[in-house]
Amino acid sequence: MANVATDMPILAADRREGRIAWLLAAPAITLLFLFILLPTLAVVVLGFTDFELGFGSFRFVGFENYAELIGDRTFRRSLRNTAVYTAIVTPVSIALALAIALLIEAETRGKVFFRTVYFLPAASLLVAMATVWQFLFHPTIGPINAFLAEFGIAGPNWLGASGTVLYGLAIIGIWQSVGFNMVLFLAGLTAIPRDLYAAAEVDGARSWLDRFRLVTWPMLGPTMLFVTTISIINSVKVFETVKTLTEGGPNKASEVLLFTIYQEGFVYLRVGYASAMTVVFLAILVVLMFLQYRVLDRKVHYA
Amino acid sequence: MTAHSITIGRILRFCLLSLGALLFLAPYIFMISTAGKAQSEIFSSSLSLVPEQWSYVENFVKALSRVSMPTLLLNGVIVCALIFLAQVVVAIPCAYSMAKLKFRAARFMMVLVMLGLLVPIHATALPLYVAFDRLAVLNSYAALVAPFSISVFAIFLFLQFFRAIPDDLIHAARLDGMSEVGIVARVVVPNAWPAITAFAIFSVVAHWNDLFWPLVVVTNQNYATPPLGLLYFRAAEAGDDYGALMAATLIITLPLIAAFLIAQKRFVEGITMTGLKG
Repeated sequence: MANVATDMPILAADRREGRIAWLLAAPAITLLFLFILLPTLAVVVLGFTDFELGFGSFRFVGFENYAELIGDRTFRRSLRNTAVYTAIVTPVSIALALAIALLIEAETRGKVFFRTVYFLPAASLLVAMATVWQFLFHPTIGPINAFLAEFGIAGPNWLGASGTVLYGLAIIGIWQSVGFNMVLFLAGLTAIPRDLYAAAEVDGARSWLDRFRLVTWPMLGPTMLFVTTISIINSVKVFETVKTLTEGGPNKASEVLLFTIYQEGFVYLRVGYASAMTVVFLAILVVLMFLQYRVLDRKVHYA
Repeated sequence: MTAHSITIGRILRFCLLSLGALLFLAPYIFMISTAGKAQSEIFSSSLSLVPEQWSYVENFVKALSRVSMPTLLLNGVIVCALIFLAQVVVAIPCAYSMAKLKFRAARFMMVLVMLGLLVPIHATALPLYVAFDRLAVLNSYAALVAPFSISVFAIFLFLQFFRAIPDDLIHAARLDGMSEVGIVARVVVPNAWPAITAFAIFSVVAHWNDLFWPLVVVTNQNYATPPLGLLYFRAAEAGDDYGALMAATLIITLPLIAAFLIAQKRFVEGITMTGLKG
């Protein structure tokens, strides 16, 4: 009997708290539906239509858009370019970032200075710095080719030739992303307990390489996984440099996924078709995230 | 392995780091140098760093006259400030509900947040663009800000932070007769400053630099953000007037770089926190 008497106010209080919780979360829930869930759903639905902006009516066309995508040479080119870009930028940027982080971590002097310098590109306006890179890459008046010429090397027309444009863009991408990755690695390195190194030394890990192999590398596992995932996702999302510098050219040699979507959807206004492309783009992101979770579940248990 | 003795290893390390630093700084060095060169000089000697004739004033005047730089920078500040404010005001109460209140939908919300983390603006841009077009709100601050007013990432980050706030603190505040809104404003927020500053840096850097969404919703120069403005400037600048272009680039990159240099410790901490939690 006494239980009932004391439970009642608690229940009422719980209900009241639940109501307040709903109220506090209501704006977030509303906006989440409005700006994330609903549009995502809409993009999937639009992908099955022939909707074009400016035309009043549209009809459902089933998988027609996807069938067209498979045969679309621009889109296939775009997928391949994005893959190549990612395959260059991600490993190079991660390796460089790790090397720089290890060097900075080992050095006692100038830590802050070097960290600031290497991080600077990540804090700079990419569109602006891309413009600077365009000048650096300029085939005749650019400093890079002028520098190469000092050694008698005839530099390529970096951003202007279909053979080199992706490499040029990749160099910019690497330059821009190393600092971000480095900062994450630095955090990962500082989190490794010092006594592990001492213990490894006692166990006979004399050289720097041994200590790296036995302590640093495995302890960096979670950081490495995270940096890898985010680097791949950021590379897949490359857009700014392409839009600013090459517009997908020359000859579609630098068409990348987001640029193709932008072009189809917002320039040619073929919303239905561009939506189908967007669904492919989303699917790629989902697969990448899924892979990350799988690896996280299985392998990385040091965190 | 004494830290202060000079060994070959240390010298080698220092040289490597310095060489790398020089390479990473090279674009900035050439930007500053070229912004001061006259057109003829740019075409004749690209490797010399100090301009023979100082044309800084000339190039800066050109840069400032083609596109209204103050408008661009002001737009950037307004848009970033509005986005950040909305994100914080929306996300903090929600994260508090999920972390500290008896909120039945908390698990369901967590699923929504995780899903939301997967979806970038590039994926939602098409339907949002169509909707904004129908509502005739393209070319406005509202269009630039609205899609980012909800940041699932902010909810995610704050949630982790709020969970660490002791329950006793909140109970005590409740016993003192504080309302839940009062608790959020006067107990939770002051305790979450590190997370809020970290998120502020993350958010401002992301939206100051974003080109995709402004490019989609803005065609009117009056609402252009810095990246978009620079794109206009490039388009207006037919030919290769790199001097003026570099001057414009310099003006537009400077604010964020200055902010970064002044608060670089905060920046790095913020990026680390938001990076690792994300």
